[in-house]
Amino acid sequence: MKKIISLILVAVMALGIFTGCGSTESETVSGTVSTDGSTSMEKVIGSLGEAFGNDNPDITFTYNPTGSSSGIQAVSEGRCDIGLSSRALKDEEKEQGLEETVLAYDGIAVIVNNENPVEDLTLEQIADIYTGKITNWSEVGGDDAEIVLIGREAGSGTRDGFESITGTEEACQYRQELTSTGDVITTVESNANAIGYASLASVSDSVKVVTVDGIAPSEETVLDGSYKIQRPFVLVTKADTALSEAAQKFFDYITSEDAKSIISEAGAVPVQ
Amino acid sequence: MKSKALLEKTIHGIFLILGLITVGCVLLITVYLVIAGVPAIREIGLVPFLSGSKWNPTGAEPVYGILPFILTSIYGTAGAIIIGVPVGFFTSVYLSKLAGKKVKAVVESAVSLLAGIPSVVYGLVGMLVLVPGVAKIFHLADGASLFAAIIVLAIMILPSIIKVSITSLDAVPKEYEDASLALGATKIETCFRVSVPAAKSGIATAVVLGVGRAIGEAMAVMMVSGNVPNMPSIFESVRFLTTAVASEMSYADGLQRQALFSIALVLFLFIMLINAVLNYFVKGRKEA
Repeated sequence: MKKIISLILVAVMALGIFTGCGSTESETVSGTVSTDGSTSMEKVIGSLGEAFGNDNPDITFTYNPTGSSSGIQAVSEGRCDIGLSSRALKDEEKEQGLEETVLAYDGIAVIVNNENPVEDLTLEQIADIYTGKITNWSEVGGDDAEIVLIGREAGSGTRDGFESITGTEEACQYRQELTSTGDVITTVESNANAIGYASLASVSDSVKVVTVDGIAPSEETVLDGSYKIQRPFVLVTKADTALSEAAQKFFDYITSEDAKSIISEAGAVPVQ
Repeated sequence: MKSKALLEKTIHGIFLILGLITVGCVLLITVYLVIAGVPAIREIGLVPFLSGSKWNPTGAEPVYGILPFILTSIYGTAGAIIIGVPVGFFTSVYLSKLAGKKVKAVVESAVSLLAGIPSVVYGLVGMLVLVPGVAKIFHLADGASLFAAIIVLAIMILPSIIKVSITSLDAVPKEYEDASLALGATKIETCFRVSVPAAKSGIATAVVLGVGRAIGEAMAVMMVSGNVPNMPSIFESVRFLTTAVASEMSYADGLQRQALFSIALVLFLFIMLINAVLNYFVKGRKEA
């Protein structure tokens, strides 16, 4: 009995030590950075936020995945420090006093099975394939076989990006909607008639990347804009209002040279 | 003496608290699901939500109809039961009544092993072997379909059906069978006329458990069913209630997210119903 009591006492005291620590720490927190916007940027901004947090434990970083348009709206209404958008700002948004800084580019590769003889597709052909106007590989120079359309689930940033660039929103006749890039690649790898799309950074030799309008996706073609299926990851700020000290520090950090390797690791192409 | 009584009481208290944790979890989940699931149903409307045949939460005009998911879950589970129950039932009769000791030991440990395989492994094997196989055998462009999901589910529910059935068949008093054999019935006649009827509530429990497992499975079916919200058709890509929640949760927000909770609520109600049926059978067995 005595043993139990003493054990409990020890445990309570040990807990007391921790609470002491916690309260002293919270007193030294000096600022917060709030970001709001694109769900496709989750991975990039998440890894950047984590790395930033390790270097600056006194600054709290938050990210609210709401979508590009909501993020832009949030920053213009002053509800967050930095808005995140996976599309360029529209002219009327710039007129509202918003400023864009391109953080990185995201290339989406169109992939087919290694046995598929098709090497190149035009953007228009890709759109026709995904909307069901072209249903047989022979119509685009391949074998006589039905095209199997592989895509991502509704809400996925890659799907949203792919559909908006190819102009196929809400019109895609998917045969399979998979929930991860890995699943898409594995499925295309195992089905000779499949076509899919995946973030450029995740694609390996197991599938064939087709060229779009004759241009193969790579860091260079994405950066110079010749590869069509790509979009910018944009940081949106207010032109006339200065960022808070903490937010400015974060902004400087993620646009610095050091952050580039983190951005590439998260699957995007950093701006040179 | 006094300290002993105190100790007894303390331990009694601790056990009570631990027991209440389970009850608390069930209550918490139920209350949370209702709170999280009802708002979207109210906004969409119960009838359009349950009977709408189109699901397009991210469109310009979002449509939230989960009838395809409900029907797919029902068809998928029914298909798995139609394939899985006969196989499981005859396996358990064989193992319990006819098989030699060595055969029984080997097969039973294989069944246990089958039960222990994680569902993601079923899904992976299904995705890499079964789906291309289905495409080849039935000359389809793509094999990810309701059919592939039914096959995977049928295999996944086998262990629970076999194990529970064996337990109840083993529990049939030997005197029943001896009496039947003494009256001149053959071994097989005894099995199906005496042992099986005596164990029928246990076997029914096994089937209901199988239904529960099949309807609640998400990971494996997500990897083989294609996951497109079509109305169910045997060789088409389909989406189950479970996979509807799992596949869109990571990116959903607003009404879409709330609607996913509503789907979870519908699924929860289905499972409650199955549990109620299960309880009925278990009670029936005790009274018999």
